Amino acid sequence: MTQFGIEVRITPRQGLLDPQGQAIQNALRSLAFDAVSDVRVGRLIRLRVAAENAEAAERAAEAMCRKLLANPVTEDFAIRVETGS
Amino acid sequence: MRVAIVTFPGSNCDYDCYKAVTELLGEEAFFVWHRESSLRDADAVILPGGFSYGDYLRGGAIARFSPVMEAVREFAAGGGPVLGICNGFQILCEAGLLPGALVRNRSLKFQGEVVRVRVENTSTPFTTAYEPGQVLRLHIAHGQGNYVADPATLNALEAEGRVVFRYVDADGQPTDAGNPNGSLHNIAGIVNEAGNVVGLMPHPERSVSRLLGSMDGAGVFRSLQATISRSNGALPSSDHMRHVAAGGFGHGGVA
Repeated sequence: MTQFGIEVRITPRQGLLDPQGQAIQNALRSLAFDAVSDVRVGRLIRLRVAAENAEAAERAAEAMCRKLLANPVTEDFAIRVETGS
Repeated sequence: MRVAIVTFPGSNCDYDCYKAVTELLGEEAFFVWHRESSLRDADAVILPGGFSYGDYLRGGAIARFSPVMEAVREFAAGGGPVLGICNGFQILCEAGLLPGALVRNRSLKFQGEVVRVRVENTSTPFTTAYEPGQVLRLHIAHGQGNYVADPATLNALEAEGRVVFRYVDADGQPTDAGNPNGSLHNIAGIVNEAGNVVGLMPHPERSVSRLLGSMDGAGVFRSLQATISRSNGALPSSDHMRHVAAGGFGHGGVA
């Protein structure tokens, strides 16, 4: 078993209103960052998992996302496995 | 009637529910700690409002894995009446017992206010005491009450009459002005396909006393009482009704 570092990035689903992102966008615009658009706010979860290989680590992380870390109704997720750890 | 009130770390409306059942209805209520795995001999279950597990990750996301939720799932599968209020509604959605999800209010603020809610379905165990289309004044107190679901789910909810409560304006219409949090279709509460699991964001248990500004939530509890006594073959107790009509509930705050 090897320890793998995992980074899970969770973002509000495309098309879903993101009031937090909207508020930040408005704040940025009021600071004269006029070129800003499409601000979305998500969540970053870092964890370590012991697994046979990187594929198994990624599969485990995906199962965690489906079961707990992300809500499939409102959120998308992306997993990054850190290699060489 | 015996009502189980499930308490999670961070529940804070459990005593309000307890008082609604025991003092408004004169029925029996008991608390079930989230680590327990049995609902004992409950006739109905309430998941109360609050901030279970500090709302970490998402409201209700961690509470759904509490041992007691397996018992709630079985109870619901057996047709038992289950009511989720506010955080309880979020937990039922996270647990997949109700469809959709509750996200941040569009205002980004925690909102505590009295809103108008129209009763859309009077055939659930928690709404038989109301008239179809009756407009209630109920308290809301939430930061994540914005109901979302994919279009197919929304269409099914509407087509099957499973929207139980809808936010409305002063004219009783589900307009944007009457929508406090941005919920799709102004949805304030829904029922599952089988018709026995209801979740809503407003707090009927806070609207059972004139002292608290509204009695309009009492119907939720009276509906349950009538449903259970019908299924037990007994008549609803008129004594309790008289007790309430005489203002018996209005003595102070919650424990």
